[in-house]
Amino acid sequence: MASQFQFDWQAAIDSIPFLLKGIPYTLLISFGGLAIGFALGILFGLLSINKKWFLRWPATTYIEIFRGTPILVQVLFIFYGLPDLIGGPIDPLTAGIAAIALNSGAYISEVVRGGVQSIDRGQTEAGLSLGLSRPQTFWSIVWPQAFRRMIPPLGNQAIVSIKDTSLFSVIGVGELVRQGQVYIANTFTAFEVYFVVAIMYLSITLTLSLLLRYAERRGLAST
Amino acid sequence: MTNIVTMQGLNKYFGDLHVLKDIDLTVEQGEVVVIIGASGSGKSTLIRCVNGLEEYESGQLTVDGEHLAPKGSNPKALATIRKEVGMVFQQFNLFPHLTVQRNIMLAPMKVKATDAATAAGTAKKLLDRVGIGSQADKYPSQLSGGQQQRVAIARALAMEPRLMLFDEPTSALDPEMIGEVLDVMRELAKEGMTMMVVTHEMGFAREVADRVIYIHEGQIVEEGKPEAVFDNPQNERTQSFLSRVLKH
Repeated sequence: MASQFQFDWQAAIDSIPFLLKGIPYTLLISFGGLAIGFALGILFGLLSINKKWFLRWPATTYIEIFRGTPILVQVLFIFYGLPDLIGGPIDPLTAGIAAIALNSGAYISEVVRGGVQSIDRGQTEAGLSLGLSRPQTFWSIVWPQAFRRMIPPLGNQAIVSIKDTSLFSVIGVGELVRQGQVYIANTFTAFEVYFVVAIMYLSITLTLSLLLRYAERRGLAST
Repeated sequence: MTNIVTMQGLNKYFGDLHVLKDIDLTVEQGEVVVIIGASGSGKSTLIRCVNGLEEYESGQLTVDGEHLAPKGSNPKALATIRKEVGMVFQQFNLFPHLTVQRNIMLAPMKVKATDAATAAGTAKKLLDRVGIGSQADKYPSQLSGGQQQRVAIARALAMEPRLMLFDEPTSALDPEMIGEVLDVMRELAKEGMTMMVVTHEMGFAREVADRVIYIHEGQIVEEGKPEAVFDNPQNERTQSFLSRVLKH
């Protein structure tokens, strides 16, 4: 049977309104998860470079576990496994946000650690020698400089996490890929629909890339 | 005269390395003490002990009436001392994310809760005093090394310190910029600032120091007026060090 395939533009265009319904979920899970992940990343990133072992160990344990296991396993564990423990169901949206938060939090911890450790010790010494306390020295001298260096890797992590949300179609969150699957089940236009889905992901990630490049340029201009 | 710094039998180790050995040293108010010695002799470590950037293992150290206990075990005294003691570093260590003026305003605003307008006024005055009043709104990276080091001096002075520590302040500078930094330090000394200066600038030491201390392998081996140390050193180690550094 020779392939007589022809790209059906009309089918692609027709799928757009249905697919667009998935975007709010994709964005909510991505950015909701990343916001919590950023908070976790600051917390565990800073704990992981603390001098006290009993603060450092829990942080590195968390980082290694969530960096070392697939995010698909993490979300399946949260969605199907955790209800056994807490004795009640978890809705797929919450499970998705939690998975992105915990997973990106582990990677962002490493970004925070690297950023903070890249700032010269002399900066801390100068702050302390002027009479600033350790927290004052950190938050007004080290952190602003470290954060500027963290922008590119943070942007990278945001793009990875946005794409990771596509895996959550398996727990039935109505995000972009899930919407595509549902649509294809009725129309059998897999090529066209996944093509549109891919373009939609690309629009989100490219927009983010441009914003980040702008933020980086502005950040660097003032050093 | 009152002593600003008193060290008695101070010992400091880096692991197994004994970097400061039974240091006895006093610095009186208004005195300029210049510390010389080969690299690795412990001279930087010595002044970094004074504001607690290095902890010491045993002995006594009193700075401006506050007893700084060994191993950083007196954080309250340390906090007080750091407000009273300014420091200038070899690598300037200006804050690259802040303008020159903000660099100077930061500590008074954070530590002494000075309001922004007052801190800005003080910063301007200090910048004029070190001869770079027109650079207030620039970022450190836009200045020459000599200018950066003068900003660093102004930044330390903004806390109105009772003692200034200088850790090889001209060693990272191009030769043509060394003079402008030494001029500012000379002025400070004239105005009666108490100073401990680690430097390789022997001309400055001879001219400005009230007392010169030569450190060799963590020990003070010679101490006295600059004329005495430079023209008539008693210890043969001092003689050989000076013959090496003064030759060129």
